[in-house]
Amino acid sequence: MPADRTAPAVMAPPGAFASFVRAFAENRAAVAGFFILALLVFVAIFANFLAPHSPVEQFRDFVRIPPMWQEGGNPAFPLGTDEVGRDMLSRLMFGARLSLFIGLAVVAASMVFGIVLGLVAAFFTGWPSILIMRAMDVILSVPSLLLAIVIVAVIGPSLTNTIVAITVVYLPNYVRLVRASALTEKSRDYVTAARVAGAGTFHIMFRTVLPNCMAPIIVQAALTISNAILEAAALGFLGLGAQPPSPEWGAMLASAREFLQSASWIVTEPGLAILITVIAINLVGDGLRDALDPKMRRS
Amino acid sequence: MPDQAPRPGAPPTTGPLMFSFVVRRILLVIPTFIAIAFLTFVAIRLVPGDPIEVRTGERGISPERLAYFRHELGLDQPVWKQFLDYLWQLAHGDFGTSLSTHAPVLTEFTTLFPATLELALSAMIFAVVLGVPAGVIAATRRGTFVDYSLMGVALTGFSMPIFWWGLLLILFFSVTLGWTPVSGRIDLLYYFEPTTGFMLIDSWLSGEDGAFASAVSHLILPTVVLGTIPLATIARMTRSTMLEVLGEDYVRTARAKGLSPFRVIGIHALRNALIPVVTVIGLQVGMLMAGAVLTEYIFSWPGIGTWLIESIQRRDYPVLQGGILLVSGIVILINILVDLLYGVLNPRIRHAR
Repeated sequence: MPADRTAPAVMAPPGAFASFVRAFAENRAAVAGFFILALLVFVAIFANFLAPHSPVEQFRDFVRIPPMWQEGGNPAFPLGTDEVGRDMLSRLMFGARLSLFIGLAVVAASMVFGIVLGLVAAFFTGWPSILIMRAMDVILSVPSLLLAIVIVAVIGPSLTNTIVAITVVYLPNYVRLVRASALTEKSRDYVTAARVAGAGTFHIMFRTVLPNCMAPIIVQAALTISNAILEAAALGFLGLGAQPPSPEWGAMLASAREFLQSASWIVTEPGLAILITVIAINLVGDGLRDALDPKMRRS
Repeated sequence: MPDQAPRPGAPPTTGPLMFSFVVRRILLVIPTFIAIAFLTFVAIRLVPGDPIEVRTGERGISPERLAYFRHELGLDQPVWKQFLDYLWQLAHGDFGTSLSTHAPVLTEFTTLFPATLELALSAMIFAVVLGVPAGVIAATRRGTFVDYSLMGVALTGFSMPIFWWGLLLILFFSVTLGWTPVSGRIDLLYYFEPTTGFMLIDSWLSGEDGAFASAVSHLILPTVVLGTIPLATIARMTRSTMLEVLGEDYVRTARAKGLSPFRVIGIHALRNALIPVVTVIGLQVGMLMAGAVLTEYIFSWPGIGTWLIESIQRRDYPVLQGGILLVSGIVILINILVDLLYGVLNPRIRHAR
């Protein structure tokens, strides 16, 4: 058991958050993921200032310039240009903004709806519970990407609709998770105490029970972000997600396919961006899980 | 969905209890199936764009012909009646008729499904054969360089955008090295009537020189692409359950008895570690179908995924509707089978009832 070397001799027992941070910080891979992710978030937020060019401006005299370290590269376009002369670096930077936004939007939406539906299913047994859980079973029985494809095919391909579709796909995970943990928590003494003290059902649902169900929800959220980014990119790649000239990473790959041989960097770079982002988020997610899971925590 | 806890309530595997369990599970599928049918039905009616206009294209069509087509397709009926008719047809095994090929959807599905199944099975075998040993090795060498490397690779595979992975593999192995073909199931040189629908078996049976080798070389890259995420998931899962099992008393007992490490790990520990892994493999089936869409699209693999993507591009509603239903049905059935297998593998559950 690694002793805490830096801790002063006299210290109050660490709070839940402090011990969580310590457990997370011990996991070097998770910390590395966290810093990569922080960098990506920074790039995404300040893409306007950081990007050397506009993501959609076409430099017709500089079509398919390779990255600057290759022969024929141009330092004005560090990562090269694409098939119509747009700067790859700038597109990737703005693409980071889109991908992270999609990930966060999907998590926020599926978490909020999932928490509400899950709590309702846990507290209102009977037809509301049956209705909600059956509906979730139906969603779960259609393979995720297929469901997203059908939804997008119906409501039309766009960035917003991608978010809607992927939110629906990930909703059941949250509903099931929230319901399962709420059902366990519901029978605990502190809930009974709150009830005896006169708390209403809604107060108990959202103020008493919900905070105690958050740990698995947070872990699930990290996983959802990475999966949502992957699925959004897949939809973009199939031409059913963000539409050109949007610098969404998957959509960039879709239009670049035919240049696989002649200008491979147009294909490799956006994919690498997706991969690095998803790995970073998954590292953080694994770290969160280990730090929040009491079984794994080293005491 | 990695590292998912095993599902509770696994079934008994013997006797009348098991029979009633199977029946109950299958009966429960029917409402789910109707709900999926309803949702796809409603969803597809909401799609902008009239299927007849799409068929006739720019040339336009006379109002009489339009009315005739609408009647022929039943589009002039009230929507609720259309749905009931649809359910009635489904009950009789009629999944509709493709608007573009005029062939029954079920026939098209059964023709194309073996291609997807062959790909999916091959990917799953690839994933299990590499993933389980990788997980076991990582667990037995916990904390070593080997463990970190294997888990690093697994995390990368788990995070992989597989459509990009496919393009990279094509770039490297097909375009640069010229080792494998870019697309399709077999070289166009070979033609023979399909007997089983599995290209590997059919090409073997055909007896044509090089046909089997051609089929194998076409299958390799798609297998790797589709198998990557399941492989990574299985490796991660095997490692974590193996670590848990290795700390159990019966493993210590087995070691203390003086059994060889191979027996301890291979038989005593692995058997128990595999139980949650089987569940994960089952959960991967849905993922596999989703992955197959992308993989088939990249490699022009003539399977269900390509068929569904094309049906969207052609606004071929019946194909999309029937295809989604059939795919979901298969995923549901496989999940039931996995539940049963789970009981077979876990004697604790079997004897508890």
